[in-house]
Amino acid sequence: MAADYLDWLRREGRIVIVGASLAGLRAAETLRAEGFTGSLTMIGDEPYEPYDRPPLSKAVLLGKASPLHTELPHRREVDAKWRLGVPATGLDLTAKRVRLADGDEVEYDRLLIATGVRARPWFKEEEGRLDGVFLLRTRDDAARLLQRLRSARRVFIIGAGFAGCEVASACREMGLAVTLAERAGAPLVGALGGVIGAVAADLQTGNGVDLRTGITVTALEGDPAGRVRSVHLSDGSEVETDVVVVSLGSLRNTEWLTGSGLGAGPRGIACDAGCRAFDFRGIVTDDVFVAGDVARSPHALFGYQFLSLEHWGNAVAQAETAAHNMICRGADRRPHLWMPAFWSSQFKVNIKSVGVPPMGDQIMITQGSLAERRFVGVYGHQGRVVAAVSFDNTRWLEFYQRQIERGAPFPVDYTTVDRRPEGRQPVDADFPDPSLPTHGPTVTLSGYSPADQQLVFTPARH
Amino acid sequence: MRLVVDLNKCQGYAQCAFLAPDVFAMHGEETLVYSPRAQEEQRERLARAVAACPVQAITADGLDGPSGPAGEAAREAADGR
Repeated sequence: MAADYLDWLRREGRIVIVGASLAGLRAAETLRAEGFTGSLTMIGDEPYEPYDRPPLSKAVLLGKASPLHTELPHRREVDAKWRLGVPATGLDLTAKRVRLADGDEVEYDRLLIATGVRARPWFKEEEGRLDGVFLLRTRDDAARLLQRLRSARRVFIIGAGFAGCEVASACREMGLAVTLAERAGAPLVGALGGVIGAVAADLQTGNGVDLRTGITVTALEGDPAGRVRSVHLSDGSEVETDVVVVSLGSLRNTEWLTGSGLGAGPRGIACDAGCRAFDFRGIVTDDVFVAGDVARSPHALFGYQFLSLEHWGNAVAQAETAAHNMICRGADRRPHLWMPAFWSSQFKVNIKSVGVPPMGDQIMITQGSLAERRFVGVYGHQGRVVAAVSFDNTRWLEFYQRQIERGAPFPVDYTTVDRRPEGRQPVDADFPDPSLPTHGPTVTLSGYSPADQQLVFTPARH
Repeated sequence: MRLVVDLNKCQGYAQCAFLAPDVFAMHGEETLVYSPRAQEEQRERLARAVAACPVQAITADGLDGPSGPAGEAAREAADGR
């Protein structure tokens, strides 16, 4: 019976993918590659075919790529019906229907949700509308920002997460005066901790950025023509500027699922390791799958914590796993066990990481030196290696990935190439208190272990 | 032709930057910057860069025209499948 359904589904079922970006596209390709011949509908809120976002804060601002031409290459024909420029606005789990903003409804037999995240807007709406205030998430954002930067002299960036730091780097290369403000004690602390944050801070200041840490922006001021003129800070100071880039992390696109009965909320959509979404009761659904930035899934290597990963590689891997699991028999399903990994480049320095750095309490610099900005740092938690970060030392990361996968002991007890005296002892990795608001951590740890009896559920409300 | 580089895989060997310098460039010691849209006249150089990448991090489409078995094979190779 179940096998009959699956055969029918693979042959002539209807699969709908909500979210037409990296995860959505790779899922569609995987479905076709694995023999799905039914109808496929791709729904996307932007009027563009799937494009790549990482270049928008790097190659595009450096003038190496056009913001309008970062469309992703296709691995194969996906033969889909594309509904682009029409956001999904609702989901009926019982009738198996997705509602669209134009009033249309699309029926599915299996659904994949890959609606991702959007940039967190400036919290004062009116100030956010001032001419010269920008977010950076979409290609339209990038095109508008780039055009304005060409005639600007001074840029003020709010938030020193990866995106904010990358924009600061690109703006300095364009010869602009840059002020970078961060609530925490250093850039990148949410993602990499204070030890590495100090290196990131030196990188900014050493390249001429006016870095202001431990500070918040209290107001954006416009001139009578409605154009942004200056930024007011919590220490009472005021900085004049031509452009403000708001880089305060992201919000998950789950509002359209409110009231649907799915376990969706501000922290994303919870799913099992096979990418099947949970409903609000914590019971796994059969026909709704999740992938990419919007998903939260348990990872066996990291204590079954639910990980929300805003990582390019996670979107690809989770999409492939979700698509595979959507059209295969139960016994052939695969868990999403992707090793978290990301990259960034700032001031020509290549920053890469594997594992989950914010899970670490301690860090050891096992190779190279912080002062030279060329090193590998290893993060440990409860006697295990849980993550590593490299600055201009990427070729070693694969080794550390294997260490994480096999639960290698921490502090590391083996010798490494280029170990310096500073790397002999672990030190406090210096992550901020997770209960304090921070901007732009790329990994969010949340949820509970299966053994935890303290489970508290708040129905999906924003 | 469109392309994307999996920068998790990329280890900065710079083969692509030697073979297709108008598409790929090193920015610093191991950071790669590239144009996601390559001009038609770059086809052959891009194909060589895709093939030469030691970690097979480059995916490109349209290398052998928009369709056809050769193009499909190139894409499969580029995906590391």
